[in-house]
Amino acid sequence: MNKIIKKTQLSSDVFQLRVAAPLIAEERKPGQFVILQLDNEFGERIPLTIADADQKAGSITLIFQVVGKTTRRLAALKEGENIVSILGPLGQPTHIEKVGTVVCVGGGIGVAPLHPIAQGMKQAGNRVIIIMGARTKDLIILEKEMRVIADELILCTDDGSAGRKCLVTEPLKELCQREPKPNLAVAIGPPIMMKFCAATTRPFAVPTVVSLNTIMVDGTGMCGGCRVTVGDKTRFVCVDGPEFDGHLVDFDNMMQRLSAYKDLEKDAHHKCRMEMEIKKLKATTP
Amino acid sequence: MSHPTPEELNAKAHAALAQLEPRITQLKPKDRLAIPVQEMPAQDPHVRRHNIQEVAVGYTAEQARAEALRCLQCKNAPCIAGCPVRINIPAFIQAIVDGDYQKSVDIIKEASLLPAVCGRVCPQEEQCQKPCTVGKALKDCNQSVSIGRLERFVSDWEREQGKIKIPTVKLETGKKVAIIGCGPAGITVAADVRREGHAVTIFEAFHRPGGVMLYGIPEFRLPKVIVQQEVATLEKMGVKIQTNFAVGRTRKLLDLIKKDGYDAIFVGVGAGLPKFMNIPGENLVGVFSANEYLTRANLMRAYDFERADTPIFRSNKVAVLGGGNVAMDATRMAIRLGAQEVHLVYRRTEVEMPARIEEVAHAKEEGAIFHLLQNAKRIIGDDKGRVTGMECLRYELGEPDASGRRRPVEVKGSEFIMDVDTVIVAIGNDSNPLIRQTTPGLEHNKWGNIITDDAQKTSLDAVYAGGDIVLGAATVILAMGQGRTAAAAINKLLAEKMTQPAGR
Repeated sequence: MNKIIKKTQLSSDVFQLRVAAPLIAEERKPGQFVILQLDNEFGERIPLTIADADQKAGSITLIFQVVGKTTRRLAALKEGENIVSILGPLGQPTHIEKVGTVVCVGGGIGVAPLHPIAQGMKQAGNRVIIIMGARTKDLIILEKEMRVIADELILCTDDGSAGRKCLVTEPLKELCQREPKPNLAVAIGPPIMMKFCAATTRPFAVPTVVSLNTIMVDGTGMCGGCRVTVGDKTRFVCVDGPEFDGHLVDFDNMMQRLSAYKDLEKDAHHKCRMEMEIKKLKATTP
Repeated sequence: MSHPTPEELNAKAHAALAQLEPRITQLKPKDRLAIPVQEMPAQDPHVRRHNIQEVAVGYTAEQARAEALRCLQCKNAPCIAGCPVRINIPAFIQAIVDGDYQKSVDIIKEASLLPAVCGRVCPQEEQCQKPCTVGKALKDCNQSVSIGRLERFVSDWEREQGKIKIPTVKLETGKKVAIIGCGPAGITVAADVRREGHAVTIFEAFHRPGGVMLYGIPEFRLPKVIVQQEVATLEKMGVKIQTNFAVGRTRKLLDLIKKDGYDAIFVGVGAGLPKFMNIPGENLVGVFSANEYLTRANLMRAYDFERADTPIFRSNKVAVLGGGNVAMDATRMAIRLGAQEVHLVYRRTEVEMPARIEEVAHAKEEGAIFHLLQNAKRIIGDDKGRVTGMECLRYELGEPDASGRRRPVEVKGSEFIMDVDTVIVAIGNDSNPLIRQTTPGLEHNKWGNIITDDAQKTSLDAVYAGGDIVLGAATVILAMGQGRTAAAAINKLLAEKMTQPAGR
């Protein structure tokens, strides 16, 4: 049982929860994630990256976007209510060291897991350049927190409602063309964004780390549902990752695997809306 | 072949007993050998293909009595030597003949904590029933006394009575033991150590306790209420169970000793890292490890399409790769989840299959299509990365290999395509790396299995290990056997610590 201490809505469908989890707060390092479940009988287990932790308060911060049934239910929980199961911290922590200049690229909700990594990179003595991208202004999260860390921050939106009107790959390419070029890029966001970030840095041979969020059941290596093709090897995101060399990840395969249950999820969503309509009807019928 | 109903089977037992009862006290071995083996009543295959309920429904009292009367009560009791935990088998069977079921259960429980589980999932034909004199006399191991079915009968009786005895616990010693993993090995250690009065906490990574008995073995073979019952008994003994706790991640193994003051640790985390074939196409959508497929179906209850949030792949044609019990479980689960065809692909012959004969028979009855001496070469997908077929090769048996089984040799040019949309890989597990990676000094072999001495002690002080993390992939009963040994060693260690003067 993990109590929700504070709940904040960051954008229309992005929420931030501060949750009591003292042991996870104590052990957790940047780059790691948890698996949570809202119902031990029939609920599903979903991985979420740990955005931040407060050891003294014994709490961790989770940031998530409402995308399916479980995240919708999670968003409906109130302060003081409990998350039944949280397992973590899982995965290998980010390898943080002083390399020189690090470009941190965050897309949409990916800015949440990127935040502790950017923070760690800064603390390790790196010059940190942050590129943040979102579809539109309202979907930008953690801008203030990232500005505190960044030596340079570039904001982009698809519609130009804030910052530059471009994709994150455009400023990333410009940075790679600078002399000296960055020593490392860290890209976290939608798979398609990470794919193109890796493609952008490849010609410049800028090492690029990506953090993958795949389908998982247990999160401890047991199911292998999270496996990805990296180079010519199969790796498990939960125990070998979640971070991998972006130049070696087979993103197309990963995106296909992420869509394994898309049809079924649509069904569930559809049924859920039907039920809501039926309930509405029942409520209005005398 | 028509499927015998439980009533028909009971009638047979009734008839056999009617003949014997008049001279029941003067039965000669010849009379006992003449009693037919009592067949296990089971759900009709055509019905059970569509439900998740237990397949074998258990003996009736008359069947149990008839089967128990087949036991010759051998003085040398070869069956006991065949049991990894040395249950006094003739004695518990005699108690069934005497109608004293409670005594029978009590005798089993002196040696085994999980009789309702072991009565169902133990490979008895490889263990206690293999050296059985009755089977030997009848020149057929399948004609041995059905020890497992009798074990199940009395343990089910006890549970149905609702008066499962809680083992007595000695006075609190003030010593604390941490057990990592709430599977068969961990549960056994917990009970044996707790009985001595030591405080016991089991740390389980999943949200529910039971380990492989919950996530791996399906409901139709081992109903989950039985596992829950066993865990409830432990909790009544005062054992604490901490779920959602992955030792190695949530807390380092040795921090349990250094920071939390545990006096000893038992590691029973299971195998838990699925092996794949390393063939092209294995990461296509529609290829699953048996672990994943079964965990979704069992632990996450994805078979309940209406209520479960966890999705499971909807398949028409499934290929399962492997020949062990897990392969049979995956095959039979796929059938229940609605697949029209389930093909079991195994590169040796049925004789070499590691699966229990009963599981193989059940899978066939339920309509599984067996492809022996065949193996997958690559998996083929469409432009969306979804499985559309599997290229296979035919094999023939060559010379025996290290395992003593004849090595399958591929037949050159025998490739053919099997039309499937799902492939489930059930070829075993490697050892889970979580604890090994985060515990310096914990010695392991090249496969990652933790190395222990005969008392199950690892290379680290006060740290013991057992079950699949030591054995590689094995069985529930072997895990329990190692748990038993480890518990004895832990109890001895703690007893010594308590007699030592303070400060040393």
